[in-house]
Amino acid sequence: MDWTAFALSLKLAASTTVVLLPLAVLLARPLAWSGFRGKALVETLVALPLVLPPTVLGYYLLVALGAGSPIGQAYTALTGRTLVFSFDGLLVASLIFNLPFAVQPIQRAFDAIPLAAREAAWCCGLSHWRTLWRVELPLAWPGLLSAIVLTFAHTLGEFGVVLMVGGNISTETRTVAISIFDRVQAFDERGAASMSALLVALSFAAISAFHLLTRRIGRHRG
Amino acid sequence: MAEGLSVALRQRAPIPLDCQLSCAPGELIALVGPSGSGKTTALRCIAGLVRPQQGRISCGADTWLDTGAGIMRPPQLRRVGIVFQSYSLLPHLSALDNVALALWQLPSKERSKMAQEWLARTHLHGLEQRRPGELSGGQQQRVALARALARAIGDGSSAAALLLDEPFSAVDQVTRRKLQQELARLRRELAIPIVLVTHDLDEARMLADRMVLLHHGVSLQAGPPEVVMTRPANAAVARLVGLSNLFEGVVGQECAHATTFLEAFGLRLEVKGGQNWAPGTKVLWAVPPEGVHLNRRSHAVSREGVNQVLGRIEDCVVLGPFTHVTLRSAPGGARLAFSLPSHIARQDRIVPGAEALVTLLPQAIHLMPWEAQVS
Repeated sequence: MDWTAFALSLKLAASTTVVLLPLAVLLARPLAWSGFRGKALVETLVALPLVLPPTVLGYYLLVALGAGSPIGQAYTALTGRTLVFSFDGLLVASLIFNLPFAVQPIQRAFDAIPLAAREAAWCCGLSHWRTLWRVELPLAWPGLLSAIVLTFAHTLGEFGVVLMVGGNISTETRTVAISIFDRVQAFDERGAASMSALLVALSFAAISAFHLLTRRIGRHRG
Repeated sequence: MAEGLSVALRQRAPIPLDCQLSCAPGELIALVGPSGSGKTTALRCIAGLVRPQQGRISCGADTWLDTGAGIMRPPQLRRVGIVFQSYSLLPHLSALDNVALALWQLPSKERSKMAQEWLARTHLHGLEQRRPGELSGGQQQRVALARALARAIGDGSSAAALLLDEPFSAVDQVTRRKLQQELARLRRELAIPIVLVTHDLDEARMLADRMVLLHHGVSLQAGPPEVVMTRPANAAVARLVGLSNLFEGVVGQECAHATTFLEAFGLRLEVKGGQNWAPGTKVLWAVPPEGVHLNRRSHAVSREGVNQVLGRIEDCVVLGPFTHVTLRSAPGGARLAFSLPSHIARQDRIVPGAEALVTLLPQAIHLMPWEAQVS
């Protein structure tokens, strides 16, 4: 059992979820409620990671974040580190390949909030910011929860993009999915089996917890 | 501050509006019209949820909207309490928190105390912790009213208005009557302008000091409900208030003191009330069903009396204690609708085909400017 890889996976999943959630809320709100120009394009781009092979996505991220790219150079100038083959680059890649898993459930949840509920809040004198906190986020909570679970579980299991962007550097970019691949390559079947089983158990637990929580919310709202 | 709410709206699209109304503090104005007449849009303009193409709205000393001067205050900066048609309570908050939401600017202790007081005033004591899903329709309406009042009255620091968008349409009739009575009682204690949107003329008649009749977004007539309903300004208003006895006539040559003669149905009818019309003027006239009296068979009246119209019963519909009768007048062949207690209809054998004599009360006949397209 590669506990280092496992800890790294958890760290990546947690960081991705924490950073992505507010971004997804910001992106999902206008997608749900306004008909701005280019909305269809944005929706398509957000959904793209669902269908692209991870290696394709990984390849473009590698090119875009690499030492030869403006982004990569700017990052190195700022921090003295490189984006690719580092945890930071892995986080950026993870944010991008998780976009649909975070944005889509939240967008659907905002979609389901009737305009009348927000209007009632405005007519109670609540600012847009206060309406977001007191009305929109509580009502969209099942969608947020779904986004959290999907993002977290999906990050734990992502393989292709991580390998392309992060490589296979112990303690820096070797996540549990890559470690499993390593174990199989090294004919360490027991190692691979135990880590795989742990990943299955974790994903199962996450999704079960999500179902239990949403059912409780549903009962509360009656 | 004492001038209340003053509204003037004008737009062509998406919903045409040409509507003026004013409402003094403590006054209840009913905005009445058929569905699609723009009354809810007008209300939403007042609340700040819709921006009309042109308009001015002021409440007390505050200008809420002045499109000419580029002023459009958002709903948050207008002290309006609004009860929405479907209440729009927030499902994740208890009754108490729904009301407290409108008092968010108060410190939390005071907020919950005030919210509790409003719930008590709307007879919801003991239901503070229930969520909207656990309340009946009537209770939800009361929470919505408490929330609107909490917002509108608040600390009383600025001019406010209470807006009610068909607040009684989603409850059963018994609850509706009860809620209407509660509103009638409550409003006597409120010194703010109240605008009630409704399509129900009876509701307007029961609750409103004045009503504004809206049709295709245009305010056609404003006045006390009795006046609008019995003295419509024109044929369109007459039709909207359901005045079916609408006829053509010509003002007669002779005019006595405060009495006008009207040539109609080939008869000379007396009209009482100070309506100055030049002799020979072609007019429309209406008589509300209450102004048509059946001459009972048991009371031997002379057939020479004033405004008597002889005719044959064409249709009789018994609606519980009242029977609605349509009479085709022998002279002129006009259809007169009226109603009478069902037991009298039975006693006098008012059945289709029977002959009957009715009197049109001179003070109930109302003359209006002539216009074409009258059936």
